[in-house]
Parts: sequence; structure tokens; C-alpha cells
Amino acid sequence: MATLTISRLIKRFGPVDVLKGIDLEAKTGEFIALVGPSGCGKSTLLAMIAGLESVTEGEIRIDGTLVNSVAPKDRDIAMVFQSYALYPTMTARQNITFGMESRGVPKAERDEAVRRVSALLKIEPLLNRKPGQLSGGQRQRVAMGRALVRDPKLFLFDEPLSNLDAKLRVDMRTEIKKLHQRVGKTTIYVTHDQIEAMTLASRIAVMHQGSIQQFDEPQVVYDRPSNMFVAGFMGSPSMNFIPGELTKAGNMPAVVVLLAGGETAALPLANIPASRPADGRVILGVRPEHLFRYSDVLKAQKPALAMAKAAVEVVEPTGAETHAVLKLGDQEIVGRFDPDQAPRLGEILPLGFDMSHACLFDPATQALISSAAA
Amino acid sequence: MTDTTLDAAFDPRGRAANLRYVAERVAVYAFLSVFALIYLLPLVVIVANSFRELPEISQNGLIAIPRSFTLKAWSQAWAHYCVAGTCEGIQRNFYNALLMTVPATVASTLLGAVNGYVLSKWRFPGSETLFACMTLGVFMPGQISLLPWAFILGRIGLSNSIYGLIVVHVIQGISFTTLFCRNYYVNIPDDLIKAARIDGASFWRIFFKIVLPLSPPILIVTVIWQFTGIWNEYLFGVVFTGGRQQPITAALVALQTGEQNAHPYDIASCAVLIAAVPPLLIYFFGGKYFVRGLTQGAIK
Repeated sequence: MATLTISRLIKRFGPVDVLKGIDLEAKTGEFIALVGPSGCGKSTLLAMIAGLESVTEGEIRIDGTLVNSVAPKDRDIAMVFQSYALYPTMTARQNITFGMESRGVPKAERDEAVRRVSALLKIEPLLNRKPGQLSGGQRQRVAMGRALVRDPKLFLFDEPLSNLDAKLRVDMRTEIKKLHQRVGKTTIYVTHDQIEAMTLASRIAVMHQGSIQQFDEPQVVYDRPSNMFVAGFMGSPSMNFIPGELTKAGNMPAVVVLLAGGETAALPLANIPASRPADGRVILGVRPEHLFRYSDVLKAQKPALAMAKAAVEVVEPTGAETHAVLKLGDQEIVGRFDPDQAPRLGEILPLGFDMSHACLFDPATQALISSAAA
Repeated sequence: MTDTTLDAAFDPRGRAANLRYVAERVAVYAFLSVFALIYLLPLVVIVANSFRELPEISQNGLIAIPRSFTLKAWSQAWAHYCVAGTCEGIQRNFYNALLMTVPATVASTLLGAVNGYVLSKWRFPGSETLFACMTLGVFMPGQISLLPWAFILGRIGLSNSIYGLIVVHVIQGISFTTLFCRNYYVNIPDDLIKAARIDGASFWRIFFKIVLPLSPPILIVTVIWQFTGIWNEYLFGVVFTGGRQQPITAALVALQTGEQNAHPYDIASCAVLIAAVPPLLIYFFGGKYFVRGLTQGAIK
């Protein structure tokens, strides 16, 4: 059981700042996901935690001990690589025991550990095969076995599922979640897939251009994204950003948005924003699932529903729900609709905005001004 | 499967295409056969002469249909013929060459593998520059280093010695072996090395347990290259050694310019063939493993 504390961590490659002062902490047993687009520095951060990359500035502590200049093998960590990195000339069993052999663990103990781990991961029949004779999913399991067998303080995963096909990825995701619930090790998991991050993590660190944009529980990151980058990155299809102006409609503040033909619509906010940009210009952020076909019945159920008319441009049924691209003024937005309520192509849709989930961003700083969600 | 072409209707255009194809094949094979013959003819002449009696060669000429048969020249060449004052045939020089080539090949290949491992997987500031400098050695003609080597061998007391030649060939060969191995190891995924470092493996354990087991294809290429290169090398052999210390290539030339008046075509033919056996064997066995190694190279 271990904690990980990272403070003011900086990594420079020549003149390039890859990491610009990272602060991160994982409590015992936590599952932390580092998520972000390629090149955001998440893999570098993981490599630095593993000790495979040197630290330019700042501190990495495992269980309170400074490990900045401790060799990877002495950090008591285990890592699963994107490429699995199984030793190709060794059997699955030898792959799993290689680390213990390097550390001089007696053979009886090694055999016992292999038995325990292969039972856990259901890979007993594969132990005598070489990586070349294993399928992608099987390699993945063996790679996890190699990490699990050591009983380390810290688990590091570097995009472990990105080489699997879509179906297997979902299965393995569940497996990893089960495994973490059973083993309860502190885990740092790097992924570019925001769904993986949402489903697995106890806390998510969203990274962009070498810094952490937000570090919080998945639902908070989703409901109250700290800026437009996080809002756009988490969730698929991503959040709609609609430029507007903050005014008052009656006694409640509202966002006025531009519609087709120079018309405007005032969308009343569900609560009073904490601050107001000087010129009143804001970006309204609405997730696709918070758009509806407006009706009086629905308005009765959702008092925070606001309405504006939008033209339907594209309709994409996915089965469970129907996605539609709508034109609000000259802005394209995406909505997720119940198939029964789905917009029809060419229709001018009375579009309902559930303002109780809307976010407001400052167009200048892109930071969150207020979100209706608690 | 049924052969549908048997039932096909007569198709004049298809038939013409078939004929054209056959004609093309015949032309290609004829062309290749002519060149194969040109390349093989010297070997045929040498093999024939190694079994002919010398008077018959002198009478009918070097290139002629054999009219005599004897094995005498083979034993003469191997054990009795007088080369450079000693009448032991070329066997001593053959052993000299083996004694020089085998250790030099093994040592230069292993050093190249370690160099390649460091230059590809344990890069350090300046390692690319160092690699570039080492690669320059590949383009350096042997003659350039002749004098420096003479000086160094004299200093360390290895003049006129097979051991001196081993030192020369190991060091001259490192450029090649490093280049080969480094370029091969670059393709081994870095993740393997990282995984092994986290697994607690040391520099040498990673080399011996992970990198070396992946290396047979490149090691065999390197061994073939080094073995044939060192075995066939003449300049250093003839400059730095003399008489009984000479490797086989130098002895072959000494044999041609021997003290007898009549040119020993028969014995020279045998000696040349004997000298050609080890590199041929290396190609023969190594080539097989080389192909197998390539097809097995399952790094991913």
C-alpha cells in the first residue's frame, strides 16, 4: 500500500518544456487516470514516475520517500506497456518470472507466485507459449501477469488497451477494473481515451500541453470542467460551445445567442454566475445529451429547459440514440436524442436546452465562470 | 479441384500468350545459364588441374580436357611442398589462418554486439557522434593503417605473429560489426529494455538474456562477413608476417612464386581449393541459419 506525491515536476528536453510544473497525488489504493491528447506529456510523466526519464526539476515521492534519482528497479513499481514489451524469446512463464529471477527470488517462491497470478488472470494454459504464439488479448494478460506477480507498491499502465480491437478493449477494461477492486493497488493509468479514464479512475488528471488542466473525480471533471479544453476533451460527442452575451431576462440572468436571420434567443440560466466578464461575452457550454426536442410536457418535468429554434443538418442513428447536427445561427452543434424524439432531416427543431447542466466559459481565458451542476 | 482449363474452348489469344511466356522463360534461363557458365568455368579449370599430372598440364596447356588423373598433388600441396624454405606444404599456413580467423571473428563480433547494444539502447551525450566516427572506419582503406599498425605491433612485441594479426583484424573489424549490430538493435523496441530495467535486470543481464537471444540473424551475418573478410585478407598477412607465420592467403602467393623452375599448376590448384573450403563452409551452414533467422525474427 503506497502513496505517490508529485510536486512542481518539470521536464525539459533542450529548450522544450514537456512538463511545466506538475502537481499530482495518489492516495493508497487510488486509481489515477492521466488523460490527454497525444503529446500532452502524460507518457513522459509516467516514465518519470517509473524512473525511465530523469527529473529536470521538482519532486517525486513514493510513500513519502524522494525517488528522483532512485533506479527503476529500486522504486518497487510494475509497469504494463502499450506494446506489452513481452520478451519475445521467452515463454509466458519466463516473462512473468524474469523480474523475480533478476532479484534472486528462490524457485519455489517464483513457482508459487506464477501459480497465483496465472490463476487470477486465467492464463495457466498459455504459460509455456512464447509471445509470438499468443493473441493480442492473451499478450495483454501475460503483460499484466508480469506486473502483478511482483506485488509492487505502485502499478503503472501506459495505454495498455490501445492495441486491442474495440470489443476486446471493453472486456479488458472491465477486467482491469475488477482486478483493481480485488488487488487494491495504487495505480497510475495513462490513456488518451476519455471513456477509459471515466470508467476506471477514482480521480482523473486531464493534461494538455505539459500541464494538468484539472485533477478531480470523474463526474466532477465531466460536470464542472475547469476550462474549455477539459470540457471539449471529456465526453463524446464533445460539449457544444455557443458564443453568447450575458444579460437579464426578467430577474434571472440569461445568455442571448444568435439565431438564423439575425434573430436572437435568450436562454435563462438556472443560477446566478459567480462572476461576469467585463463585456458580457460568454461561451455557453451544453453537452449533447442535454439537448432535447422541446415540448410543454418536457418543460413541466425540467423547469430549467430553455428553447431556441435550430435547423437539422445531419441525422446519425446509432441504435440506442440518434445524433443530430443542428445549425444554431451559423454555429453547428451536436445533440443526442432518444430515437423516438429524434429530429428529422430538414426540420426546424424547437430545441430544448437543459440549462441546469449548462456551463459558462470566459471567451478570453477559456476558464469556467460557472456551472449549473452542483 | 477440377482442372477447368482442360474443358476450356480453344482460345487463340490465350495460346499465343502462353507461347510468348514460354519463349520468355527460355530466353531468361539461357541468358542466366551463359553467365553461370562464365563464372563457373575458372572453378572447373582449377578443379580439373588439381587432378592432372604436371607434365600433362605443361604439354596440353592449363585449359584443356584432362587426359590424366592423380591425387598426388593434393597430398603434396597439403603436407610436402616447399614453401618459403620449409617443406610442410600449406597445412601450417592453413592452421595459422584458422588460428587467426576464428578468434578474430568471435572477438570482433562480440565487441560489435556490445558496442551496438550501447549505441542503440544506452545512448549518452555524444553517442551519435561516436557512432559516426566509428562508422568512418568502414570507409577507411587498409593501406592507410598499415604503417601505424607496423609501429604498434613492433611496440607491443607482436610483429611476425599470428596474435598480432588477430589484434589488427579485431580492431579493423569493429567498425563493421558495430555498424551491423547497432542498426539491427535500433529495431528492437526500447520498451523491452525499459521493461527489463523495471524488472531489475542489470546492463549485462539485459544484454545476455534479452538482446543476445534476439541477435542470431545479425550475428550470423556479422560472422559470415568477418570470417570471409579475415580469411581472405592478404595485405596485412603478407606485410606483418613471414615464412611459417603466414596465413594461407600469403602462403598461396609464396607458393606461386616458389623456387622450382616449372610452375606447379597442379599443386597451386589444390592449394587454392583447400584455401577456399572454410569460407565456403561458412556460407553453406551460415546461409541456412541466416534465412531461418530472418523468417523467425519475431520481435513484435
